[in-house]
Amino acid sequence: MPEKNISGQNLKSLSKTASELPQSGIRRFFDIASQMANVISLGVGEPDFATPWTVREAAIYSIEKGQTTYTSNLGLIELRREISKLNFKRYGVEYNPDTEILITTGVAQGLDLVARALLDPGDEVIIPEPCFVSYKPCVSLAGGIPVPVETNDTNNFQVSLAELEKKVTPRTKAILIGHPSNPTGAILERETLIEIVNFACKHGLYIISDEIYDRLTFDGDHVMVASLPGAFERTITLNGFSKTYAMTGWRIGYACAPPEILHTMMKIHSYTMLSAPTPGQKAALEAARRGERDAVLMAAEYKRRRSLIVGGLNEIGLTCLNPGGAFYAFPSVRSTGLTSEQFAEQLLYSKQVAVVPGSVFGLGGEGHVRCSYATDSKLLKEALVRIGSFVDELSKVSVQPQSPKQKTDQLV
Amino acid sequence: MDSLKSREILEILEKDSRTTAETIAGMLGLAPTQVKAEIDRFEQEGIIKHYATTIDWEKAGVEKIIAFVDITVVPARDVGFDSIALRIARHPEVTSAWLVSGGSDLSIMVEGTSLKDLANFVAEKIAAVDGVTGTNTHFLLRKYKEDNVLFHDIEPDNRLVMSP
Ligand SMILES: Cc1ncc(COP(=O)(O)O)c(C=O)c1O
Repeated sequence: MPEKNISGQNLKSLSKTASELPQSGIRRFFDIASQMANVISLGVGEPDFATPWTVREAAIYSIEKGQTTYTSNLGLIELRREISKLNFKRYGVEYNPDTEILITTGVAQGLDLVARALLDPGDEVIIPEPCFVSYKPCVSLAGGIPVPVETNDTNNFQVSLAELEKKVTPRTKAILIGHPSNPTGAILERETLIEIVNFACKHGLYIISDEIYDRLTFDGDHVMVASLPGAFERTITLNGFSKTYAMTGWRIGYACAPPEILHTMMKIHSYTMLSAPTPGQKAALEAARRGERDAVLMAAEYKRRRSLIVGGLNEIGLTCLNPGGAFYAFPSVRSTGLTSEQFAEQLLYSKQVAVVPGSVFGLGGEGHVRCSYATDSKLLKEALVRIGSFVDELSKVSVQPQSPKQKTDQLV
Repeated sequence: MDSLKSREILEILEKDSRTTAETIAGMLGLAPTQVKAEIDRFEQEGIIKHYATTIDWEKAGVEKIIAFVDITVVPARDVGFDSIALRIARHPEVTSAWLVSGGSDLSIMVEGTSLKDLANFVAEKIAAVDGVTGTNTHFLLRKYKEDNVLFHDIEPDNRLVMSP
């Protein structure tokens, strides 16, 4: 990038890596949608519930008591102990709270730390797409090279071993997966995960596993990657409180990994973050201890909404797999003949319903839109009515024949 | 119908009794006819008692006097508390009536249009019942929460209209 001359001042250019970082594709839609009245947004990637009162109340209490100092770099030991217990109880995986768990400022920071801890410039990270928008930038900012691998709706967004093998090079360091997935809602089946672990073992790779939606699975229990044979020593598990307990604004997550990896992440954290926010950690502690009741109620509500939205979208003719987890439906809009961007934009302008075009989530996302159902079921129903009339109107003006309505494919 | 789904229908209706059978069917992956049949059964069997609305009368500008009355009772031979309780509960002024543990035996909620009316009602129709040995009346001053709903202005949805 050339040196710029801003208002007569001699000034060097910004970081090349940072300047070249693409803006999130959501941005443009955000700008349009936030200027509009009467928008029903299915574009929100966070729970619509307030944080459970017991959690908020505990945080208020701790602030009243003046618990507002730094914590240890690793985070509150009580919180690490609770996380350790919960991991063991749910998945049979034992992480030592003293050396193998780090409290982060959300999974977002966990991703950044893990990328910086693992990568040297030029190292490659294989990333199945469509995926969460932060994965690639975190790798790039750490000097690494993201290597996307396409997954798609024809095989329930499962990663194919053959595709992975095609992408591996001597510079490959890690594979980064998110499951249940934002944006597709797909879960990775146990067999797929075992294949990924074996692939990583074979090539000496780390596995970065973002499991932030682990408690939002609707048709069976989540499989924690670190619990699979051969996985533990090479896996960094990222998780957090944002989704399970409706705590996005508190910014608390955690990383679990064997001591050497975790120590390296902690070193970076100790210089760049010192410690995760203390009121947030206190709140998370309460969530871990007493948040289960609320977590279960919220998950039950998401499950009902999933059924509503997936049924509704398929009825409209937007074929939609039944997502196993998270709070996103990822219908195909191909039957309309529009690209996912066109669909999202026209829907927003003509019916004031905001969805996110699948293309912003990388390969395999084109032809889909992400519909978050972290929205009250009354609004969801109204959104479905609007989408239905949008699609009807399209088919009237369109010269293209409509593809026939398809039945729901069940994700196993 | 499987008993979990049955129960879930009740939970959905308890939260919002206006949820239509079609919507419930959509939420639970059932046919609307199945849900309708199940709701009919609940109504016939008296599992669903009635469909009410939670109203903030103060906000509506309507004054209502409400009191909670703790009642101690000497249970009648053979019928125990039930006959006295029902005798009290049948009055339209009594909006709820419960048998409770602790220092009193019955706890009722009464509603009227003036303090005096209610006080008279309690003195004449409750305290005077055979077997009632004492009453303790607490007038309601302010409602904070009722039927799971806070009597508090709803917080707007503050989330960004789109987020990753
Ligand atoms: C897959 C995934 N990972 C990470 C995050 C970030 O979570 P946190 O709030 O813990 O930073 C999100 C939030 O949308 C997400 O969807």
